[in-house]
Amino acid sequence: MVVYKRDPDIIRKVLGNKIQFLLGDMACVYGGIIAGCSFFGGYPITPASEVAEGMARMLPRVGGTYIQMEDEIGSIAAVIGASWGGAKSMTATSGPGFSLMMENYGYAVMTETPCVIVNVQRTGPSTGQPTLGAQGDMMQARWGTHGDFEAIALAPSTVQECLDFTIEAFNLAEKYRNPVCVMTDGEIGHLRERIIIPDEKDLKLSERVKATIDKDKFIPFSNSQTRKSKVPDFPTFGTGYRTYVTGLTHNEKGFPATDKQKDHEELVKRITSKIQDDKEKLTMVEKIKLEDAKIAFITYGASARPVETAIDISRKKGLKTGMLRLKMVWPFPDKEVEKLSKQDDKIIVPEMNLGQIVHPVKEAACGNCEVISAPKIGGEMHLPEEILNYLGDF
Amino acid sequence: MIEIKDDWCKGCGICIERCPVQALEESDILNKKGVRPPKLKEKNDCNFCRLCELLCPDLAITVIPENKKIEKKTILRPIGGKK
Amino acid sequence: MVEIKNANDLNKKYLREGMWPTIFCNGCGHGVVLEYTFWALEELGWDMDKVTFASGIGCSSRLPGYINADGLHTTHGRAIAFATGIKAANPDLKVIVFTGDGDCAGIGGNHFIHAARRNIDITVIMINNFIYGMTGGQLAPTAPLNSIATTAPYGNIEHPFDICNLAKALGANYVARWTVNHPYQPIKSVKDALQKKGFSLIEFMAPCPTAYGRRNKLGDIKKHWDWYDENTILIEDYDRIMEYGSEKEKNEIRFKFPIGVFQDIQKPGFFEQYEKLLERLIPKKEKKSEKAEVVIKK
Repeated sequence: MVVYKRDPDIIRKVLGNKIQFLLGDMACVYGGIIAGCSFFGGYPITPASEVAEGMARMLPRVGGTYIQMEDEIGSIAAVIGASWGGAKSMTATSGPGFSLMMENYGYAVMTETPCVIVNVQRTGPSTGQPTLGAQGDMMQARWGTHGDFEAIALAPSTVQECLDFTIEAFNLAEKYRNPVCVMTDGEIGHLRERIIIPDEKDLKLSERVKATIDKDKFIPFSNSQTRKSKVPDFPTFGTGYRTYVTGLTHNEKGFPATDKQKDHEELVKRITSKIQDDKEKLTMVEKIKLEDAKIAFITYGASARPVETAIDISRKKGLKTGMLRLKMVWPFPDKEVEKLSKQDDKIIVPEMNLGQIVHPVKEAACGNCEVISAPKIGGEMHLPEEILNYLGDF
Repeated sequence: MIEIKDDWCKGCGICIERCPVQALEESDILNKKGVRPPKLKEKNDCNFCRLCELLCPDLAITVIPENKKIEKKTILRPIGGKK
Repeated sequence: MVEIKNANDLNKKYLREGMWPTIFCNGCGHGVVLEYTFWALEELGWDMDKVTFASGIGCSSRLPGYINADGLHTTHGRAIAFATGIKAANPDLKVIVFTGDGDCAGIGGNHFIHAARRNIDITVIMINNFIYGMTGGQLAPTAPLNSIATTAPYGNIEHPFDICNLAKALGANYVARWTVNHPYQPIKSVKDALQKKGFSLIEFMAPCPTAYGRRNKLGDIKKHWDWYDENTILIEDYDRIMEYGSEKEKNEIRFKFPIGVFQDIQKPGFFEQYEKLLERLIPKKEKKSEKAEVVIKK
């Protein structure tokens, strides 16, 4: 059997027309295939089953491998194994499956394995409302697994963004050698909208930097030896580097160093700082009518849609409001929120949970202005009228 | 003739126990781990069956045939019998 | 005439420099299993760049660290799922999984069952010492009835897990169980398992004098290794006596462990089937363009 090689012509043919009317979950599938994903290990769970079904249909046609694993733990394990075998790999799940994946997510962080996890959020905790959307896993994406680590999470608001952000998630995963989460939700996942498939010449795809230097001189787990970066070059299995990869604390050669304080400190600080150092470069936000706004909304994902309508209504009635839409929720864009808090009187954070991202917003605002949470749970998005209530009388 | 990596021996005694002709015994050397590696007895019937080499959990014993004649006659293929 | 290698040659080729001697206790069976694998690989003559090892957590999981090849030391019980991923990404790699009795039959039972059912092309070497050795001696799913462990101080009241029969029922291509006492049969068996397409399982019954032996009156290494000789019987003999033997003979062997090759069939492996699926789906472009070129030239 041949190893996968990304062929843009076959991909173009399999995906079909340039403009399509597509389901949100399918847009994630399209994004993965365009980015060059060649392994998907999945397990059915509402509302993410369509991602697995779409991958089962399309991935064999472009030459990739689809395996339906026996549970979510097996899915993420196979995805990490495939990444070390040289493939770009992803999986898709929802709340209960995301909780199951946490141990191996931490393993991917510790061994610096690139992979993408799509979490189509649903109400929780536990089984909750499987067919309705929510945004209750945002903190779990940042703090879910045990130990100290940095997370990267993107939150699409439209079906087109599901496609674009999945491609971007692969780029980030390959660049930083970290797992990346795409946090959609049941609303966007099961929504159909018009999408445009980007042309090959407009695409920017990142690949992991593969190890090329002499095998005797190669050091697998320290700063890169060929370029100025804290992300080491990737020694794919089968290329002769004979790397030992372990989830135990390891020294730079990869061997366990479980009784050395200095080795652990060096390792964990390098793994976290490779993303922390680039925090500002990684900021992805959208500013809507913020130049003269006195009251700002900070939101992300599906919640951003009713907020846009609320802003239009309130502006017509004379109140100047604006929105800072977070496209990348983790690492959190502290500087942008701090700047906003200094120029506005009030920040409102509508979320489909009982208030999760409102906490880092408060931390970043640091008392410069009032921060109010606008939670809504139960599987329904905010209505624009409900959001207007938070603005008071005007 | 056997060659022993003294510092790799852990003193389990399996080679001494399992030799079919009881050709090995504990030596007087004390290695880094505080155990006594094996050595061939003064008078031994070692026929180079290599069981000690195959059973040692630490690859510490190497069997080196002394006599070319004996090598052809009695060294069994160390892996798997008939192909 | 095969060139006879000795232990020194094996050392140089297969061990990671500076990692030996192992952390295993004296009298432990793990080192012996590792060596049998080396001898089998030596006979096969594979390129060690293309051989990958995966392991879970426990004493058995330390084995890939000593081998000079790519190794993935994963989370508890999930080694087989990781190995599936590695093989899916690059089917040319040969994947060998070292796992233990708790790792494979306990927490990893589900992954084991489905990998065997799918007939994934990997070789699983399960080292069964009837106990959770690395964490200090807790009860394992394969522990015999009435054995003592730290979490079963009054004796084990649960029935043990027979993983070879489970693998046989799932239709794995090669299933075998051996002890570590006699070298020639296990080495040949590992060699056969590695060459086989589809899922192969080899269970090695290895002694653990420190955690299991001491608590179960087998603390002396000699006694512990002899226990395996006295309590195992070749499967051909076992089947023959159970079918044709007298009552007295049957009673003697009833509680012994049968060892040998349980199953050796040839079902198509998962990736073989997947390749056939891909051939159905991806159209052959080359043939058409050749014909078109001929027409254009004319």
